[in-house]
Amino acid sequence: MLTRREALLSSVLTAAAIATIGSAPAMAAAKDVAGLPREKVTLVAPPFVHAHDQVAKGGPRVVEFTMTIEEKPMVIDADGTQLNAMTYNGSIPGPLMVVHEGDYLELTLVNPDTNTLAHNIDFHAATGALGGGGLTLVNPGEQVTLRFKATRPGTFVYHCAPGGAMIPWHVVSGMSGAVMVLPRDGLKDEKGKPVRYDRIYYIGENDFYIPRDEQGKFKKYDSAGDNYDDTVKVMRGLIPTHVVFNGTAGSLTGENAMKAKVGETILIVHSQANRDTRPHLIGGHGDFVWEGGKFANPPAKDMETWFIRGGSAGAALYTFRQPGIYAYVNHNLIEAVELGATAHFMVDGSWDDDLMMQVEAPKVIAS
Amino acid sequence: MSFDPVFTFGTIAAAALIGLGVSHAIDDTSSQLGGPDAVNELVTLTPGSFDHAQPGEFLKDNHPAPAPVVGETIDAPLEIMKFQVTASDYDRCVSDGACKPADSRLAGNVPATGVSFIDAQAYANWLSARTGETWRLPTDVEWAYAAGERFRADIEGGEGDPADPAKRWLTQYRNETALGRKPDPEPRARGSFGFNAKGVADIAGNVWEWTSTCYAHATVSSGRVARSISNCGVHVVEGFHRTYMSNFVRDGKSGGCAVGTPPDNLGFRLVRDRGGFAQALRRLGLT
Repeated sequence: MLTRREALLSSVLTAAAIATIGSAPAMAAAKDVAGLPREKVTLVAPPFVHAHDQVAKGGPRVVEFTMTIEEKPMVIDADGTQLNAMTYNGSIPGPLMVVHEGDYLELTLVNPDTNTLAHNIDFHAATGALGGGGLTLVNPGEQVTLRFKATRPGTFVYHCAPGGAMIPWHVVSGMSGAVMVLPRDGLKDEKGKPVRYDRIYYIGENDFYIPRDEQGKFKKYDSAGDNYDDTVKVMRGLIPTHVVFNGTAGSLTGENAMKAKVGETILIVHSQANRDTRPHLIGGHGDFVWEGGKFANPPAKDMETWFIRGGSAGAALYTFRQPGIYAYVNHNLIEAVELGATAHFMVDGSWDDDLMMQVEAPKVIAS
Repeated sequence: MSFDPVFTFGTIAAAALIGLGVSHAIDDTSSQLGGPDAVNELVTLTPGSFDHAQPGEFLKDNHPAPAPVVGETIDAPLEIMKFQVTASDYDRCVSDGACKPADSRLAGNVPATGVSFIDAQAYANWLSARTGETWRLPTDVEWAYAAGERFRADIEGGEGDPADPAKRWLTQYRNETALGRKPDPEPRARGSFGFNAKGVADIAGNVWEWTSTCYAHATVSSGRVARSISNCGVHVVEGFHRTYMSNFVRDGKSGGCAVGTPPDNLGFRLVRDRGGFAQALRRLGLT
């Protein structure tokens, strides 16, 4: 049985070994890539997404992103329960990065010396080196730059994978996000006809496993390392204490509810790096849904609920037809209501009596 | 429900006797703690009239309408607990086997929380039996009267638009959001939220309170409630805003409010009916 310190250390060593084996520099492609136009993108925190073209203008380019890893306590519910969070760029989930098929995504990953742990990044959109995990392990005080070619259009998870038992622990501490690789000519319906969105929202879903004390109250720890032993015990039960969108129960409600208008088309990108989920828009549908998230496949139509496999991201396109407050939930309703996986859309516009009307309000049963 | 005057009288009489002995014991405890006993700290509100937004959901001409505001009168002095029932008060009832342990782990001088309507009623019955007095939950009207300037009622969506039911939902959601209230889950020592103008403590803090008023669907015509259908499986809960909870719910966060801000905690305070014992005897025709 390893002590916590030994466990932390051995995983770092394992990951470092992988990194050494895998670190053959990508010189062959470098010359071709050198001539490509470059674009520097500043990331924004979810549920928002940085500005991007839906149809690519011109040929492939290198799209540069920078993410700084922040280890910090974050509150994950209304009771003030604290997670010793590990984050990409300070948010749970990490930001959505959008490129086009054939572009090169170039990420600089910074691990400031104020952090205590080694981190890396595994891009499901990337090919080779454990998704880049083998080339990106950075200790506190280091930074690394990785470039990969976006060869497959779709929505893809990225997450931290610093070896062994560190992998699930880092992921359930918040280290995941998503990449969206758009087809160069944009999204298309099942017949190949172009479809566009007026707004995009990125919803990252997380399962958290917070240890409890003898009285059943959630425990607080000074640092991430202090919670490791207790947290792994809860993780092994496979029953999360929290299932939330955007890092915190209720974070996409009230003043932070997502906005839309009747007639507007939204694209919802939904990622879950660890565990299966089943998004559902209460009172709405998925007009076109890429359940597996991969745009080379025709979208499913008229979906009521769609399935996001743990370790993947999916996309759903919907045009609002009716105003009101919509709840967007993980339709395991226990997880939605009791564990936190509920978000809201506020939709303004005109009501359509043809789609629905209350013919008669509640009244005494006619005898 | 069958009503056996002899049996009931016997119970009340016994309770009165027990009550005498018990209040002596309570006095001992409180003198040891050096503090007053919450059971005996009542605020007596003088009778009066006020305008009151009614609880429930209202229909006018078959469409949702704002709660009608009705003139209400409290026609006798109202004795209401200055503070919410505390965890230590409630624990005495638990020790006596008359109340189920609350969900909250807090003890001592903090409001009893993690309690349902059923728990609150059990406590009122136990306290009545112990003291020989009549303790009960306040009605919604009584609570509002005691809450005074801190009373808010429902977060309104206003008049329903027959052509667009969503307008009201959006208005209500925006009104609630605009209040900007953040979750405040940890109950604090009694008195922490201060006193209102009537000297009643902790109104509209972070503990919502059960009332004895049932949830109702009502129709309104010319500003009055014309007809009302009650569902007494759900009761009015009052606090920072008014809401409605099923009787068995102990944690308001998962008990209601599909959209919107749920109560941080559920607790209660009681009113004492004047001359409760004599009243009970009168009701039984024994005087």
